[in-house]
Amino acid sequence: MKSRFSLEGKTLLVTGASSGIGRCVAVECAKMGARLVINGRNQERLNQTLSMLEGTGHQAIAADLSDHEAVSAMVDQLPQLDGVSHNAGVTSIGMIKFIKADDWQALSQNNVFSAIWLTRCLVAKKKLNKPASVVFTSSISGNDSVRHGEALYAATKSALSGFAKAAALDLAPQGIRVNCVHPGMIETELFHSSQDALTQDLDEMKKLFPLKRFGNPEDVADGIIYLLSDTSSWVTGTELKIDGGYTLI
Amino acid sequence: MTLDQFVQQFAEQFDETPANQFTPATDYKSLEEWGSLTTLGVITMVDAEMGKRITGSNLLACTTIEELYNFIQRV
Repeated sequence: MKSRFSLEGKTLLVTGASSGIGRCVAVECAKMGARLVINGRNQERLNQTLSMLEGTGHQAIAADLSDHEAVSAMVDQLPQLDGVSHNAGVTSIGMIKFIKADDWQALSQNNVFSAIWLTRCLVAKKKLNKPASVVFTSSISGNDSVRHGEALYAATKSALSGFAKAAALDLAPQGIRVNCVHPGMIETELFHSSQDALTQDLDEMKKLFPLKRFGNPEDVADGIIYLLSDTSSWVTGTELKIDGGYTLI
Repeated sequence: MTLDQFVQQFAEQFDETPANQFTPATDYKSLEEWGSLTTLGVITMVDAEMGKRITGSNLLACTTIEELYNFIQRV
């Protein structure tokens, strides 16, 4: 029996696919039968992801999503899409008194404006089918909870989630659903390097999670697959927390 | 940045500890106010003021402010 979460017959764009959550989303969506166009900045790592995908007909397009002209050119190359999983983004940690205008602009460009511009181009160039599903990987940071040093990061993720809600309303008449996932602490390559920056005691930190572990990229990918699949066909404008219960306490 | 300037910048990351408690020989991890927020403050200060990236592990590996200053010179 076909899974209710099947993505067979769907063509999806997955951004941020050269590492971390985005790579995992691509791998898991391919397992669920989707045909993928994957995007990332690093061609070599993107090709590694491409080689990990089950099935055939997948395509990799390297482009820097913070470059508006590159996004526009990439969208011109895309086939018609049934869904988008937007994972491109960067983390940032620092004290408010040391915020630099350049840092703020770069982070906003990477975490907010790139998502807005990509959506804008997909809609304007009519690359999204009716129906289609767009899922943004935002964060619990800013929307649900914050930790020391996350001011800029939290601001960008709140902005992304705010945009997603407004886009959900504006695009509903076209049958395009827009949702967010809000992951908590997910063990990716970035996670370990950023934790070293603070030297948190990871075993102590795990105790802050009611489910007693950090998340893994598959936990997030499963939430995204739900939102991309037809099983969520009456869900739009939602924010799905995937945080092991972290924000409950 | 000289060692004296570094000690002063280091002290500025603390809100409760008086500035006169900071010298090159200060064992910063023994200060009551030392913790995640002051760790973050020092890491960000070193990045912003000295253009060097250090980690919490580096801070744990050093003992005195002078030792940290010398370590940063080699980064």
